[in-house]
Amino acid sequence: MKDHTTARMIKDKVFRATVILLACFSMLPLLLILYFITRNGIAVINWEFLSQLPRPIGEDGGGVFNAIVGTAILIILSSILSIPFGITTGIYLSEKSDGKIAHIVRLCVVVLQGTPSIVIGIVAYLWVVAPFHSFSAISGGVALSIMMLPVIIKATEETLKLMPYHLKEASLALGVPYHKTILKVILPTGINGILTGILLSLARITGETAPLLFTAFGNQFMNWNLFKPIDSLPYRIFYYAMSPYPEWHAFAWGASFMLVAVVLGFNLIARGVAAKWKVQF
Amino acid sequence: MSVRLRRFCTWVLALGLLFGSTSLFAVERELIGAGATFPQPLYSKMFDAYFQQNKIKVNYQGIGSGGGINQLTKKTVDFGGTDAFMTAKELQAAGAAVLHIPTCLGAVVVIYNLPGNPKLNLTQDIVADIFLGKINKWSDPRIAAANPKAKLPGLPISVVHRADGSGTTYIFSEYLSKVSNEWKEKIGTGKSLNWPAGQIGQKGNPGVAGYVRQTPGAVGYVELLYALQNKMAFGKIRNKAGVFIEPTRTSVSAAADVKIPDDTNVSLTDTDAKDGYPISSLTWLIFYKEQSYGGRSKAKAESLAKLLHWMVTDGQKFAEPLQYSPLSKQAVLKSLKVIKSMTYGGVPLLK
Amino acid sequence: MTEMCSVNGIGMQDINEKTETADMTAKNTMDKSEQRFGKVLLLAAVFVVVLLLAILATLVAASIPAIKAFGLTFFWGTTWDAAAEKFGALPFLAGTLITSFLATLICIPFSIAISIFLGEYFKEGVFSAFLRSSVEVLAGIPSVIYGLWGLFLLMPIMRAIEMYLGVTPHGVGLLTSALILAIMIIPFSASIGREVITLVPGDLKEAAFSLGATRFEVIRNVIIPYARSGIIAGILLSLGRAIGETMAVTMLIGNSNFIPTGIFDPSNTMASVIANEFAEATGITAASLIYVALVLFLVTTVVNIVGTYVIKKVALEASKEVT
Repeated sequence: MKDHTTARMIKDKVFRATVILLACFSMLPLLLILYFITRNGIAVINWEFLSQLPRPIGEDGGGVFNAIVGTAILIILSSILSIPFGITTGIYLSEKSDGKIAHIVRLCVVVLQGTPSIVIGIVAYLWVVAPFHSFSAISGGVALSIMMLPVIIKATEETLKLMPYHLKEASLALGVPYHKTILKVILPTGINGILTGILLSLARITGETAPLLFTAFGNQFMNWNLFKPIDSLPYRIFYYAMSPYPEWHAFAWGASFMLVAVVLGFNLIARGVAAKWKVQF
Repeated sequence: MSVRLRRFCTWVLALGLLFGSTSLFAVERELIGAGATFPQPLYSKMFDAYFQQNKIKVNYQGIGSGGGINQLTKKTVDFGGTDAFMTAKELQAAGAAVLHIPTCLGAVVVIYNLPGNPKLNLTQDIVADIFLGKINKWSDPRIAAANPKAKLPGLPISVVHRADGSGTTYIFSEYLSKVSNEWKEKIGTGKSLNWPAGQIGQKGNPGVAGYVRQTPGAVGYVELLYALQNKMAFGKIRNKAGVFIEPTRTSVSAAADVKIPDDTNVSLTDTDAKDGYPISSLTWLIFYKEQSYGGRSKAKAESLAKLLHWMVTDGQKFAEPLQYSPLSKQAVLKSLKVIKSMTYGGVPLLK
Repeated sequence: MTEMCSVNGIGMQDINEKTETADMTAKNTMDKSEQRFGKVLLLAAVFVVVLLLAILATLVAASIPAIKAFGLTFFWGTTWDAAAEKFGALPFLAGTLITSFLATLICIPFSIAISIFLGEYFKEGVFSAFLRSSVEVLAGIPSVIYGLWGLFLLMPIMRAIEMYLGVTPHGVGLLTSALILAIMIIPFSASIGREVITLVPGDLKEAAFSLGATRFEVIRNVIIPYARSGIIAGILLSLGRAIGETMAVTMLIGNSNFIPTGIFDPSNTMASVIANEFAEATGITAASLIYVALVLFLVTTVVNIVGTYVIKKVALEASKEVT
């Protein structure tokens, strides 16, 4: 009897140890990745790296200013394209949550969320690049906004569903029309949850490379024109990583460091917003 | 109209005007090209210098010759770059007359990563059999026989070729088809080939060079400059005259000493020249003869013609420092003639 | 006018002024703006459906030449030869299936360990907070950076292993890609697993503990059976991610258009072949690549719908039992 208990205890201990070991072991790649990015990345980052354009192949110096600006433009562009649609659809889903259309829309959101980014890249090429005969920042923005859409819709829907019902009732009882109740009472109350969703969706697209290969295309010069090809940090990283030049490898790490910092920044702010306003996803 | 709405509209208008105007004025100041990675180091240097001089941005992306031809045909770029003259089928698909001008000469070299970076002598058969997968160890007796002095390790050979449609591949496979019957039958000539199984594919000249540089025992083929810039070992290749030739500017120029036809379509591989490097080639820029397609402005067409003119004349001085061979006088003259045949609405762009 | 104002979210006072002067029409306008509002909402929602259908339609339309030329033989054709214009996608189907299933297999023990760790052993505390935020960080790193890291750390390690085993030391290939994919999907499936495990009703566990069960026994006999379908759904969703992952795989798979014969062989997945060849593809080649994209889209769609459906069902059952 006693042996049996001991055996069970040992089994329990062994299992516990295995779980802890495996969980910790899976942290190893993360630590290594962060270590590599920080060690190799910080070493390259200086004012020149941040403010200069790339130099011709094989020449020293230069920076990734065009890629930083390009990524910023792409982020703004895709936000403009996706946020209004995302929030409006989210409101629809939370208000008409049991309707037949709502179910179909929700299914579409799931499918969109799971669509591989390279497929979206091809679609953006066929929709924007091919008919207008030009690679452009806009086409990149279209591709990225399609990727943002499902995240924003879900966040808006979930947030608005969490809004206490008496808030809406109180507003309606005061004679405020329905659409004003939504726009003036419910939406402002839930704005932080929605903001969290937007930030998370930005974190998702900032590092996307695949959809930009056939759309934004890359540009070694600075470009402010939305109808022309534009550079971006993830594209630079890919281009530099595949090159044979050690200086470019270093640049790839530098650009990675910045990209990870931006993505984590979005994540942190999102969590801060969520924590402050106690929204849960 | 409410104040806020009006303000909103004003903003939208202002933004629209801003972007609209930048696009109006920027059109002539920016040209887009894409294609071959073989001459990309030279192009990126040339376009950098051209921007300093003329404040015209020429955005060139190395996506491979196949990509250059395709994107020109789809009219998403102003010009393409290719190391393989367009085929009859591709010219037909282009829909209208496409012109080629050569910009420089280069060599495709066989690079490898071996301890001590030995300089190897490679015969035509050895090169063909390595890339056919028939020689799969560096210590193979045939390599040893050609290189009695070299110390060859027993490393397996990891062959890397281009994953994208490539003019470099075209030059290399055209050469191998000329020197090896087996290659000609099994693989043939082309920008994308049906390679033997178990080989690595990499994107662009930089991708191949990057992989070989990182992988002991790897072998691949790239333009000479990529090997030189990265201090990688590359082989001497035996030419038709039976001499092992080191790829240099001189040996490439020697191979290029041939008569150039009016359309500049000439193959230099497997040259008869005694001191000529056998895997040399011209690389071309491609563009439409009639430039008034798809609503392009005349200013844009003119700035393209001027750029091309500059590249085959003043721009040639950038070739030598980067180990490309500049065009011969004869090639420059033919190119200028081609550029002068460019038209806009039927009227020649340059006189 | 008023409707436009309200849709644009313009202040109450504008409306109030109007209602005073035109009391009779006010109710009418209100109803109208109400309708407008509803219409705008509906329009946005329908737009999402249209967007998805348009994506599908575009892919189908653009791949019609390839569908006509190859039909279903596309799925078992083994030659991908742009020069001969002969296209069969089996090598990429094989590459995709092998890498993603291998990655999922590698991922399972780790992600389940993390889910149990966070969902059962250390629900709170510094250690758990560290692990949880690490998992979040890992999930936020872009694919291209995983590729970069794989090129400079994983590749030399793999090459050393291959040298030791005596296979051609490519360094890149199926196993390398599967490893990087596994690292990429662990955080995702672990976070779903954690959620499912925390959904297990406390009284069930309490009952088992009060019968004298050890924690291991509770996990094995109560938690895992209860959370099984949720965990499986999480793994399924991770599989969906692995199938569609592009950049890291493109950088590490070796791009060979043949059916792989060994685990160290270079190969190509559906996503990586598109990334490599789409820019230069014309005519039937382009159509074939879009055909590949269509297949990829359909496969990930099915995997995602099934996974999401199962998870929803699990959550629904849990909420029923609590009440």
